Amino acid sequence: MKHVLPVLTVLVAILALWYAGAVAMNGRWARDQAARAGVEIGLAEILRDTMQQERPVLPAPHQVAAEFGKTVFATKVTSKRSLVWHGWVTLSATAVGFALGSAAGILLAIGIVHSRAMDLSVMPWAIASQTVPILAIAPMVIVVLSSMGVTGLLPKAIISAWLSFFPVVVGMVKGLRAPDAMQLDQLRTWGASRAQTFWKLRLPASMPYLFASLKVSVAASLVGAIVGELPAGATAGLGARLLSGSYYGQTVMIWAALLAAAALAAALVGLIAGVERVVLRRMGMAR
Amino acid sequence: MTVIEARNVGLTFRTDDGPVHALKDVTLSIDKGEFVSFIGPSGCGKTTFLRAIAALEHPTEGSLTVNGSTPDAARKARAYGYVFQAAGLYPWRSIAGNVRLPLEIMGFPRAEQAARVARVLALVDLEGFGNKYPWQLSGGMQQRASIARALAFDADILLMDEPFGALDEIVRDRLNEELLALWARTGKTIGFVTHSIPEAVYLSTRIVVMSPRPGRITDVIESPLPRERPLEIRDTPEFIAIAHRVREGLRAGHGHEV
Repeated sequence: MKHVLPVLTVLVAILALWYAGAVAMNGRWARDQAARAGVEIGLAEILRDTMQQERPVLPAPHQVAAEFGKTVFATKVTSKRSLVWHGWVTLSATAVGFALGSAAGILLAIGIVHSRAMDLSVMPWAIASQTVPILAIAPMVIVVLSSMGVTGLLPKAIISAWLSFFPVVVGMVKGLRAPDAMQLDQLRTWGASRAQTFWKLRLPASMPYLFASLKVSVAASLVGAIVGELPAGATAGLGARLLSGSYYGQTVMIWAALLAAAALAAALVGLIAGVERVVLRRMGMAR
Repeated sequence: MTVIEARNVGLTFRTDDGPVHALKDVTLSIDKGEFVSFIGPSGCGKTTFLRAIAALEHPTEGSLTVNGSTPDAARKARAYGYVFQAAGLYPWRSIAGNVRLPLEIMGFPRAEQAARVARVLALVDLEGFGNKYPWQLSGGMQQRASIARALAFDADILLMDEPFGALDEIVRDRLNEELLALWARTGKTIGFVTHSIPEAVYLSTRIVVMSPRPGRITDVIESPLPRERPLEIRDTPEFIAIAHRVREGLRAGHGHEV
């Protein structure tokens, strides 16, 4: 309970800054409109106007909240105007991409830890893949795959996997190498095979590292899925919502979609943290 | 009967700063049922020699046999159990699960695994702790569990590398007593690395004093103490005389460096 006050203080400070920003950034439009109509407006009118513009530069928090509430709770989830529906489209691509990416990341890490050749040959490419801007890669992936007749969820999932495999590779390589020389010597004295060393020691020892990287990776998956929705001019998904919002200058709609994406990411990370707690506790490794 | 036979064993590590002579001209034979301690300052090669017996290092000169065959073959024949300085128990396995680990790796049948785990846990006084996790046990109990693990597959040789080095003196005294009792009951051959003079004298039938650069044997002391040793034996003149000779050996090995 003693954390409530600091948390609320930060929240209030953010909202206050946001409102101040909204007044400052939207005030100009209000003054321009008034000047064009040839009327003088005072501070009170400016304040009132900046809180309720149709296309504000920066929507006020309550406008975003209202739009969010309307499109999440007050709209049928099967409707194309529902953020739940758009969120679901993005979530399914995220889930597939996350599964593909983590699986690829774990397999690559296993290869890297067990083969010096793979360590030298794969790691530089994995790092290079992450230095290429995803915005540059995404359209190519979409175009190449659609020329092969693959459209819909899979291309988005692949872009999502592209971003999510990397944290898992790095984390798992570290985790699988976590056992010290003494523990490895000990297994040698028992004549353990590499497979036994992997299953009995390396894999269980890597679990805390795996979950830490999965949390980073699931958030990256979501970003990848959203980015994957942009270049195709998709009509569904949070990315599509961002795109149409920016076409039509619907800043409130953009911010509501951003809020939905943030909430989704928080929920996914929270889900993994929950699984982590259960797994590590059952393994006797919870701290 | 000779169990471990080293003849002119040398071991040189190649490093970036040139060769390091970890062992030079080490000749020693250890008979069945002996308790042999290796004592010396760090860098004297005592741990390297123990690791060579366990086939964790390979001599570059001379010959080393365990049970008449190479150390590698002896490992395959499950000739020895090795206890490291740290217990190294897996936090995700219960105590019984940790002791069972070598048995799983060696492919013992399941029913036999359980029977063996129960037997060795009793041997180190840890009955009833099988279902506990390592973090629930004290450091001394963890090290006892790691000894049980080394005994689980019935190796005739027990190699121990400063197993009690990280424990406080009171716990160490108790474990020393228990180790002697265990040795008397099982008749194992024990190779024991330590840097504590009282520990070496209290435990051993023979004390091998080593010195560094290059790692070599400077003295081998046969202990006249009886096999039955209460802790009070450490105050007897015989005990003090041996301890004195060990200390002299260590000082001589150090030369003018100390």
